[in-house]
This record gives sequence, structure tokens and C-alpha cells, in this order.
Amino acid sequence: MSADTETHEGEHSEEWFASAKKIYPMATHGLFRRIKWALLFITLGIYYFLPFVRYDRGPKAPNQAVLVDMDNARGYFFFIEIWPQEVYYLTGLLIIAAVALFLMNAVAGRIWCGYLCPQTVWTDLFLWVERQVEGDRRERIALDKEPWSFSKVRKLVTKHFFWLMIAWWTGGAWVLYFNDAPTLVWQLLTFQAPMVAYMWIGILTTTTYLLAGFMREQVCIYMCPWPRIQAALTDEKALNVTYRWDRGEPRGSLKHNKKLEAQGLPAGDCIDCYQCFQVCPTGVDIRKGLQLDCIQCGLCIDACDNIMKKVGKPTGLIAYDTDENIERRLEGKEPVYEIVRWRTIAYAAIIAVVGAIMLFTLLNRDFADISVLHDRNPVFVEQSDGSVRNGYTVRLSNKRRHSRAFMLHVEGMPPNTSVEAVGADSTFAGRPIIEVGPDTTREVRVLVSSPPGEKMPHSTPVTFRITESVMGEVVTANDTFKAPGDS
Amino acid sequence: MADTQNKEVDQISGVETTGHEWDGLKELNNPLPKWWLYIFYATLVWAVIYWVLYPSWPLVTTYTKGVLGASQREEAIAAYDKGVADRSQFADKIVSTALEDIPQDQELLQFALANGRAAFGDNCAPCHGNGGTGAEGYPNLQDDTWIWGGTLDDIHTTLLHGIRNESDDARFGDMPAFGADELLSREEIDQVANFVASRAGQETEDGVDLAAGQVLYEDNCAACHGDSLEGIQEVGAPSLMSANYLYGNSLDEIKAQIANPRNGVMPGWEGRLDPATIKSLTVYVHSFGGGQ
Repeated sequence: MSADTETHEGEHSEEWFASAKKIYPMATHGLFRRIKWALLFITLGIYYFLPFVRYDRGPKAPNQAVLVDMDNARGYFFFIEIWPQEVYYLTGLLIIAAVALFLMNAVAGRIWCGYLCPQTVWTDLFLWVERQVEGDRRERIALDKEPWSFSKVRKLVTKHFFWLMIAWWTGGAWVLYFNDAPTLVWQLLTFQAPMVAYMWIGILTTTTYLLAGFMREQVCIYMCPWPRIQAALTDEKALNVTYRWDRGEPRGSLKHNKKLEAQGLPAGDCIDCYQCFQVCPTGVDIRKGLQLDCIQCGLCIDACDNIMKKVGKPTGLIAYDTDENIERRLEGKEPVYEIVRWRTIAYAAIIAVVGAIMLFTLLNRDFADISVLHDRNPVFVEQSDGSVRNGYTVRLSNKRRHSRAFMLHVEGMPPNTSVEAVGADSTFAGRPIIEVGPDTTREVRVLVSSPPGEKMPHSTPVTFRITESVMGEVVTANDTFKAPGDS
Repeated sequence: MADTQNKEVDQISGVETTGHEWDGLKELNNPLPKWWLYIFYATLVWAVIYWVLYPSWPLVTTYTKGVLGASQREEAIAAYDKGVADRSQFADKIVSTALEDIPQDQELLQFALANGRAAFGDNCAPCHGNGGTGAEGYPNLQDDTWIWGGTLDDIHTTLLHGIRNESDDARFGDMPAFGADELLSREEIDQVANFVASRAGQETEDGVDLAAGQVLYEDNCAACHGDSLEGIQEVGAPSLMSANYLYGNSLDEIKAQIANPRNGVMPGWEGRLDPATIKSLTVYVHSFGGGQ
């Protein structure tokens, strides 16, 4: 045992930890590459420029279309304004996002990973910079092996400079979502921005630089939970990037396979050129089948199709296909593509229901709000004339951009009940009128006294109703009126 | 343990096993990337840096202080001092502002209410209750019955000097002991008590001469409690037209109070509490809802 342990100790790091193998993805061109470029332009374009889009909300309101205003605790998205107590909309969005991920997976595997994930998009952009400065796969491998020289240092400095610029811009765009963008840009340029802005730019510059420049596929393979979940969720009908081994095998060089064909022996279409492996951004050999490391970006499809055209064979040796279809082909049946099936219908239905609920609540939400808190101590006060008084803390919210007056009425009490709001601006027919400033809340103390001589039960359910003076918007809140007596 | 000489390779995955076996399950050796290990080492380095910079290791009687001189205790003391300094601005303003102007200034009002709430819990709640509802013999500050007046100024004076204590400035009112000092007979006390109860809307006893009670009231009580039982706040004679008698509204309680009255005492707070706190308490008590 002891001798065993010794050998073992010496080889610990060798055995149980391995250096990440550097991947040099080769450039390719084709349909999926074009789709990826287009999505890169769209997603990064939105990310970098959206903070500068203006949306007029009237005076005294921020005119930035998308803004998270931490200081004033408001979130803005074009015509939508969210107060802190309405963050459940965010919950709804997250539910939709999660189920949308499941739906994407049921239809076409990891299209999120391959095309839309920020890690993929920024890595793609960083790879493009790398390729522009250092050249394609072969040149980059050669450059890494080269001894240090002026030209090598120049290339590396240039590459890292552009990487850092992109990373910095990424962090810079992030903070613009939290403050008025043009103002903040000017403050940043003149070094007058708040410290927290520089801090966040620093953090996001670092993470972007490290994750897109160095970590790359390591993020997908070792950090991200989605590949694990996705592997458990996928099924035989999901379109995944698939090597059609039924057609490709047995693989062999073009010459070798031609020889086999000439002898009437079985020969596959795969000419074992390794192009699919060389263009892969995660260093996967797709011919080993669906695997955790594969982000299903489709670049191997482009690479393989280009080769197939060159050697005069039909394209689609690697393609979006299902496990089921490979089985069917082997059995000599026609492939079937079932995008609409119970699983996708269920996911789509969940998205539709959650979306509809959110839309409904958004369109029907109140622009005023009332919350009532009954005094805890004392629960009630007996007055000299025999009446009973209850105290409440009432908070009114006005979500409009102008001052509004609300008339307060307490329903469920006997006639001649007195309702007094401490500090009310005026009263109408004995009902207090409370003015609430634009886009803010106001707390008032409300004293409700039962009529003298009226024997009140131990607890009376009451409704606090506020009516807006101009539009007549009505909001209510329920509470109770307490009095001495048996419960 | 792993036998490096005789590596076992899993048939299905083609991956070497670690040699560990549990109930027939063998662990594949898919090596972690080295950077993972390096991050672990980095956290160790970070811990050492932290020990140097910040207070960390406990020693027998002291602890390592760290070169940055960081101290949560000092931070807390600084925060407390800052709080006191911030408070003093408001406290000064409370002192220099007239009582009736304090509720007009939202900021000052919020401070006065918060300050008053804290001081009330420390000093007043033992007698008047946490919510200011009092108890028998200890006035309810929430209702609209005020023996010595419920305006801001009245409340402030009561708080400053108190009631029936040793101070010369204290509010003073003394109800005679009509029974104990034999000023009224037992029957007369019954009559005047029934008269008062009848006027206050309470139940009365049968066969008691209310007219005689009224005459007795006018002769003995009206000087302080008023001709129509409305009470006179200047002498601390409470209104008898109330459902909230300090010592109880029942006939027995009224008789007891006439025969041998209890004269409750309240300490004066001038000198015990600072002027700003007394003013804050005034505003706080007034805000209960019964303030006049």
C-alpha cells in the first residue's frame, strides 16, 4: 500500500488535472457562418446601442428607452415603467426565458449555445480579431511555436489591445443601462462619473477579456449548467448537429475509399479530412456523436459541405438531423421531421399562457395603489363620547407623471362614521382628499371613528376605496375595524 | 487505490478509471483542467493576503490586527458618532422651532416622531403603555379625554413639570376626600354619584334622590368640575361627561373616587430629558390622534 501511495502521490497532478488543450479554430464559410455573423451584428448592435435610444415620457421623466434607475427605484422599458413592487414581471420573463430554452432544445438542440449565448457571441468576435491579427489556424499554431521576436510581440500586443478595447466597450455599455447614457458617457470621458460606474466597467472588462479571450470553450464545458440540463432534456426527435454515420462510415481517405468502391466493398462518404474538427470552436470531433462539449453552432456543417462539394458528393454528411432518422435510414425508411409534437406544443403553450398573463396584467394594471396597515397598538381607542376610533397607516401610490388627488372613502361602516386623514388637503362631503405628487407615494395616518352610540361588533370588515378626482380611477384595499367586545 | 502500472480502461467510454470502486461502480478519470486547480491555489494565496491585510487570527488575549488597520468596532463607533452628529442638527432645529411649527416641516416631523417614539418606549410606556393607551389610573393618551389639556402647549407643560410631584412648577389639583374626611355622608355620596352617573349616561341605582344629588353637586363639585360637568383643565378637574373616567365609569368606582379620591402623580421630565426630546415627545403624543 505504501509503495503504491508513493507512486501515486508523484503523479497526482499529472493524472487528475490536465492542461486545457489550446484550440485553434479554422475559418470557414457557408450558411451557418453567415447566420452567426448576422446574429452577432444584431445582438451586439442591440447591446451596445440600445442605451442611446430615446423615448419621450414627458417632462421630469428620464427619456432613455431602456433604463434601470437604481437611485429612484424605477425600471423603464419603452412605454413600460416598473416599480420595485412590480418586479414579478421579471419573474414572468425568466419563466418565459427558461421555457423558451427548453422549446429551442426540443426543436433544434443547443441553438442558444451555438448562436445566441453571450459567451459564444463574444468568443466569436474575439476569434475574428485573433484571425485578423495573427492569421488562420496554421499561422496561429506556427506563431505560438515561434521563438520571441519583434513581429510576434507586435502581433500579440495588437491582439490584446483590440481585445481589451472590445472588453472595455462591453463593460462601458453595461453601465449605460443604469444611468442616462449620453450624460454618463460625457462624465466618463471627463472622469467625473461615479466611482461605482468605473468599478463595474473594470469588472466587466476583466470578465469579458478573460472569458472571451482565454476561457472560451472551458466556460461551456466546465462552468455552464445548461449542457447537463440539455443532455437530460433532449430526445430522439430533436434536431441536433449530427454526423450521419450511416452514410459516412466506413471512413477513409478519398483514394482508399475509391479503391474499396472499385473492389465492390462498402465505403463511406467521410474522407477523414478532419475539417469538421479543425473549424470547431470547442475542439470536438462531431463524428463521435452528440456530446456535452458540442455547442451545436453548425460550423462543421459548413466545413463538411464545402469539402463534399469539392469531392463531388452530396452535401449534408453532417447536418441538423435526429437520432430517429438515422435509425429509420438504416431500416430503409424515409426520414421524418416532427417539429410539432406534444413536447414542443406543451412548451409553446406554457410560454403562451405565461406571456398572456403578463400582458393582461400589464395592460390592466392600476396607475394608483393603496396599502393599508392597521395600528397594532392600540387596536382601538374608546373616546369620551363612547365612540370607537381605529388608526391606520395608509400609503397611496401615484404612478402617473402628474400630481393627482384621491378621495378616500371607507366602506362597510355605519352612516355618520368619521374618516379623518391627518394632513389631508381638503375634504368633500366628509371624505378626505389626498394629493399625491407625480410618480411617488404618500403615507397618511387615517383615523376612523364609529358614530357615538353605535355598538360596533368586535371586528367589522371595511374597504378603503380611493377615487381619482379627474379620471375616476378606483383602487381598493381591505382591512377591519376593531371594537371592544366578544370576538 | 489507482494502480498506475495496471491501468484499467472502461470499455464503453474508452476512458481510464481511477480504480475507485463502490458496489461495482467505477469512477472514470476525466481529468479536470489545470486552471481549476490554479483557481484553488489562488484562493489560498488570497487567504494569506487577507490575513496580512485584515484582522484574522485569534491569539490568546488579542488577535492579529492586519496592516490596513481595519476595525469593525471603530467603524461602528464612527457610524454611531455620525448618527449622533446628524441627529444633533435636527435636535437643534427642534429646540429652535416653535412647537406648532414642527408638524408643518415634514423632515422635522419625521425626526420628532421617531425620536419621540424611542423616548416614549424608554420613559413613558411603563405607566402609559406601549401604544399610549394607559391603564386604570394612568391616562389613555390615544383618546380625546385630556385632564390637563391636549394641545401641544398643554402636553409640553405637563411633560416638563409633571403632575402633583415635589416640584413647585408641577401641575397641581387636589380633589377633597369627601368620605374619608367626612365632608359628605354615605347617603349624600350615593346621591351625588348617581347624579353624575345619570348625566354621564351610565346606569343608576333605583330609589336614589337625583335632585338632591344635583344640589350636592352644585354645592361641592361644580366649582372644579363645572356647572355642566364639563370639567376645568386649569385645575385638572376632568370632564364628567365622558365615557373614559380615569378611575372607572361604574357607579362603585365613582363612589370610591368621591369618598377617597386617588390623586395620581406624574414626574416632571425637565432636567431628566433634553429639551429636544421633550418637544419630540410632545409632538409624538399629540400625533396619537387625540391631540387638540
